[in-house]
Amino acid sequence: MRPGTPRAAPSIGARERLSDWIDRHSAQVFIWPAVIMILVFSIFPLVASLIMALSRIRFRGGTYNVRFVWFQNFEKQLFGSEQFHFLGTFNGFGLLGWAVGLAVTVLIAWLAISYLRGPVTAVGLVGRLFTWGLSLGLSWLFAATLFSGHSFGTLGTTLFYVFVGCGLQFVIGLALAFLCSLPIRGRTFFRVVFFIPLMITPIGVGYAFRMMADTTKGPFSPVWQWAGLGDFAWAADAWAARFFIVIGDSWQWIPFIFVVMLAALESVPRDYVEAAQVDGATSWEIFKDITWPQVVPVAATVLLIRVIEAFKIVDLPNIMTAGGPGIATESMTLHALFAWRSLDLGQSAAVAYLLLFVTVVTCVSFFNLVVLRRVRA
Amino acid sequence: MNRSAMQWLFEPPSIRDMAPGTKLIVYAILTFWTAFVLFPIYWVLITSFKSAIDVNSGPVYLPFVDFQPSLHAWKELFVFDFWDTLSAYMNSLIIALSATAASVIIGSMASYALARFEYQPRFGVVFMFVLVMIGAFVAVGRYGVDWRISCAVGVAVFYFLARALGRHFKARLSNGDILFWMISQRILAPIVVVVPIYMMFQQVSLLDTHIAIILTYTVINLPIVIWLMYDFFTSIPIDLEECAQLDGATRFGVFWDIVLPLSRSGLAATTLLVMILSWNEYLLALFLSTSRAQTMPILVAAMNAGERGILWWSMSVVIIVMIIPVVILAIILQRYISKGLLLGAVKG
Repeated sequence: MRPGTPRAAPSIGARERLSDWIDRHSAQVFIWPAVIMILVFSIFPLVASLIMALSRIRFRGGTYNVRFVWFQNFEKQLFGSEQFHFLGTFNGFGLLGWAVGLAVTVLIAWLAISYLRGPVTAVGLVGRLFTWGLSLGLSWLFAATLFSGHSFGTLGTTLFYVFVGCGLQFVIGLALAFLCSLPIRGRTFFRVVFFIPLMITPIGVGYAFRMMADTTKGPFSPVWQWAGLGDFAWAADAWAARFFIVIGDSWQWIPFIFVVMLAALESVPRDYVEAAQVDGATSWEIFKDITWPQVVPVAATVLLIRVIEAFKIVDLPNIMTAGGPGIATESMTLHALFAWRSLDLGQSAAVAYLLLFVTVVTCVSFFNLVVLRRVRA
Repeated sequence: MNRSAMQWLFEPPSIRDMAPGTKLIVYAILTFWTAFVLFPIYWVLITSFKSAIDVNSGPVYLPFVDFQPSLHAWKELFVFDFWDTLSAYMNSLIIALSATAASVIIGSMASYALARFEYQPRFGVVFMFVLVMIGAFVAVGRYGVDWRISCAVGVAVFYFLARALGRHFKARLSNGDILFWMISQRILAPIVVVVPIYMMFQQVSLLDTHIAIILTYTVINLPIVIWLMYDFFTSIPIDLEECAQLDGATRFGVFWDIVLPLSRSGLAATTLLVMILSWNEYLLALFLSTSRAQTMPILVAAMNAGERGILWWSMSVVIIVMIIPVVILAIILQRYISKGLLLGAVKG
């Protein structure tokens, strides 16, 4: 059979029909791959891990048996024998604890009353109830543990990483971006150098900062010796270890905020700034009244992205301290990972679900109450 | 200090120029930060040339002055363990590049679709789908039904229910809802989904293969791509696309020849970000790979194992060689990055 005989024609026709079909259904063809992938990898795992969180899974010589126990796993974490690990130790309130708890309660009550006076929608009210409830619960948690002189568990540690870490990173990243947006020489150099830490693998950052903080063999050990802290071990002190992880995390993630904020600052029209300078405004006034309002939507978004990622922190504490001393630097992801290693799948899934709950409420509240408002304004 | 000296130091001489005092402070801060950024990297770099004695006997700072640099760690990794290192490196490269390509393509297709077409799935149908699927999973999990049968029955039941009852649901979802649903998947912490994903790949015996990790990374990075690209696509004037369609271009042709080139700064920034995230990912790789598909972060973490303690020198070598591909990509894409990250993030 020679090429080009009628046998070849149907395949061309079929190809054309196929491309026609794709073109006519392009609205479906464009979106379905993403929808199917997300469905398979989110709905199924979410349901499956909920089932795991509600059961007790025992491994016996190669096989395992699953027993449905309703909320026992959550009960154990929140009220039972794992409470110290997840929430912290409760042993009565101190004076400062009462003061902080009551102050936050009054603040939230005031916010609630001022919202209820205005126009109320059903969705808005339900969402805000979640936000208020969670912030009330978490602040009483800190009031009962941190501010009353007791230790807190992995939930508190995770929130410490998220809020202290992201706050620090945002302020420093913004400040550096502002300095680099000034008319100085070598901006390209600083921009390139400040971006580098983002490219290093988090595991590597963990090890590098472990070397940095080593008081006997690390680069700063002469300084420690001189200060008389030669045998002080970072990893053995709860707060030192926590801050040390926040520093490593910040070293890595400040570049992200820096790059985005620098681009935002540079996109502010020069004319506005120069006009204000001619009118005799100080640089602080220029920043506060002209630059900041222009970049605030970007700032809110970049902070949201950072907060979402910060809740997932696991590699740094795992590498730098392995969660120690005790449980002082264990994040919730690490808690779930350790539970999984000890083959306690039910507890592991329960902790993961609690993390999911806290993350979703925090991020959605932040998105609706800060980001959307800033963008619309 | 008298007044005129203060004035000279801190009063700007002209617009677009700064006073010497302010300049000094700014440079001091920037130099300090440069040192803070570079010093750990410098330390890792010189550690990779140190011998065990140099590391363990206390700090030494300058090669050739304080200590004699040796290539033993590099040799160990690239001569003695050549195949292990190479296989991990190739695994990482294949996985990161494929996952980046896949998530950028699928993600930008989806966000383009959300920016241009109007979708109105009925709320009731979506709800029905979730219910049927939950039923199918419970059947598998609790009653030991084979997962293939259960899924097939579930899809069939859903299809007939949707055909029969779909018309009666009035409430519809909009593009905004779909967009929010997709982006919100990023909030999902990997630890929540990793064990079920492990079981899923175990069922289809794809554990410890490239394809499993590539698929997983593609999905976890999709929300970021959709989030960053959506605003690019909405900001492209629709007239251009309509002209091309009048000239007979297909939808896909329009997307490929007009929309993608116009949004290349966004694509560049997104690609770099996704590449960094999938190149460095640790937790999912830890679950999904054991030996054959092992990636570089796992290799770094493994330097901690054994009775010899942490092999600081070998680990430093791995960290250094791990930066290279990202730096190459960053250099290729750097022109677009700052602009790209900005536009995507403006509207959120």
